[in-house]
Amino acid sequence: MSFVPSQPTPRFLAAADAAVVVEFGDAVDEALSARVLALEAALRRRPPPGVVETVPTLRSLLVLYDVLVTGHDALVAALRELVSGPPEAPGGGGAEWSIPVDYGGEAGPDLEEVAAAAGMSPAATVAAHTGALHRVAMLGHLPGLPYLTGLPAALGLGRHPEPRVRVAAGSVAVAGGLTCIYPVAAPGGWRIIGRTPARLFDPAAAPPAVLAPGDRVRFVAVDAAG
Amino acid sequence: MDALRVLAPGLLTSVQDVGRPGLRRLGVPAGGAADPPTLRLANLLAGNPQGAAALEVTHGGPTLEVLAESVRVALAGECAIGIQDAGGHRGEAAAWSSLTLRRGDRLRLGRVASGLRAYLAVAGGIAVAPVLGSAATDLRGGWGGLRGRALRAGDLLPLASDRPAGGGETRLDPPPWWTRDGAVRAVPGPQDGHFTAAALELLATAQWTVTPSSDRTGLRLDGPELEHRGAAEIVSDACLPGSIQVPGSRRPIVLLADGGTTGGYPKIATVASADLGALGRLRPGARLRFELVDVATAERLRRELEAWFAAVARGGTGTPS
Repeated sequence: MSFVPSQPTPRFLAAADAAVVVEFGDAVDEALSARVLALEAALRRRPPPGVVETVPTLRSLLVLYDVLVTGHDALVAALRELVSGPPEAPGGGGAEWSIPVDYGGEAGPDLEEVAAAAGMSPAATVAAHTGALHRVAMLGHLPGLPYLTGLPAALGLGRHPEPRVRVAAGSVAVAGGLTCIYPVAAPGGWRIIGRTPARLFDPAAAPPAVLAPGDRVRFVAVDAAG
Repeated sequence: MDALRVLAPGLLTSVQDVGRPGLRRLGVPAGGAADPPTLRLANLLAGNPQGAAALEVTHGGPTLEVLAESVRVALAGECAIGIQDAGGHRGEAAAWSSLTLRRGDRLRLGRVASGLRAYLAVAGGIAVAPVLGSAATDLRGGWGGLRGRALRAGDLLPLASDRPAGGGETRLDPPPWWTRDGAVRAVPGPQDGHFTAAALELLATAQWTVTPSSDRTGLRLDGPELEHRGAAEIVSDACLPGSIQVPGSRRPIVLLADGGTTGGYPKIATVASADLGALGRLRPGARLRFELVDVATAERLRRELEAWFAAVARGGTGTPS
């Protein structure tokens, strides 16, 4: 079965009695992600009764509800109304961040491979990555790990066939049309092009994650030795 | 004040409460008890709010020594309890009840005889500092609970209050939702459309076995292969405790409390929230079946469970012992 990248009318799916999934499509696509975040913003402004939590992803919004306050049918009716309303700008502030990155070398062992696949020099690859405006579509997989849309299409090399056992904390990596940043050391298969000293997640901080869905990110090349 | 000293930690004992909701959009799972209703009942038996921090015991229990003058504890789950007082006298206590221990008493929780986990609540709750709003131990993140890890010998568990336990002890029969041994109820979706009709049929009819690689993150199940209709990967979508993911191996993985907030495998079904506790009670080697129900049924099951808790909380916790 196939899905169009962004469905004109989203599908409302059930995750048992715990949540409704509003699915806008099944692709990595900036327009699709924007629709997800716009619905979340609308929900936050006018929360239907019983909504306890929302989780935006690249292509869908998970809406958790309290079954003692509402139910699937009532919630879907409220969500339908929100979706059919006038489009709203993504909310949550949408802060803009500059994130310093030490590209290539030991910090970015896959930079040359990504550049070669793109038919570009490593320097031009870094310029393309720093020149783009990236958007936080979702956080997931690990606490505070952002999935960023906005990667220039040329840098589209896929994941390593065999994931690394350990990717250093702060690693900036690309794969599947996205950029991610590993908040902590973890196994991972994405192509590592650099590393940031920025700490992205601290359970003792408020908020614990620096980046939030809807934020914009620009990467700035720095020399770790400099 | 320190109420209890850990003399032996058991196989995997950690501080858990009902978790840290509200942070999934930041990639942080709620965590908390793998068997939430049993934790809530242990707290009710101890006279605590249902969501208080207690000990989650896996497979077999810790041995604890009482440092405070008097401590009331309560155990929910099928686990033998041995008591040895300061004079060396030994006795046994019953699960599903509270008991008050004195300074120098030793409490030894035996093997979990049925199920996988038992919960030991302490009156007043265990007073570890909350992280992200919860005392739950996140074993993968390394935060919450006692220094973000399972208990070790020599650990001291702080108690929220040093008031001596007053009033009578409480006791309950094993609750109906605990002893129920039927199929685990699940609702198809959200990605049931990514599977063949035969796969959905198999999910509901096959007998599944919990493999040894299961943990608080999820249950890996052995059984027949569930065939995808298309690719075995999707653009990452949100996951929940109870999500039944089917990766390329075609063998289902059911997420539990510590499961990741998002994932790239299609989810054939989601376990009804009322049956999450039953998932947390399945030990490696245990068999399980799924029964597919609709959303309205899953909602009714959850409301019935909450009504049961409300009745127990209203009426005290059963007959005095």
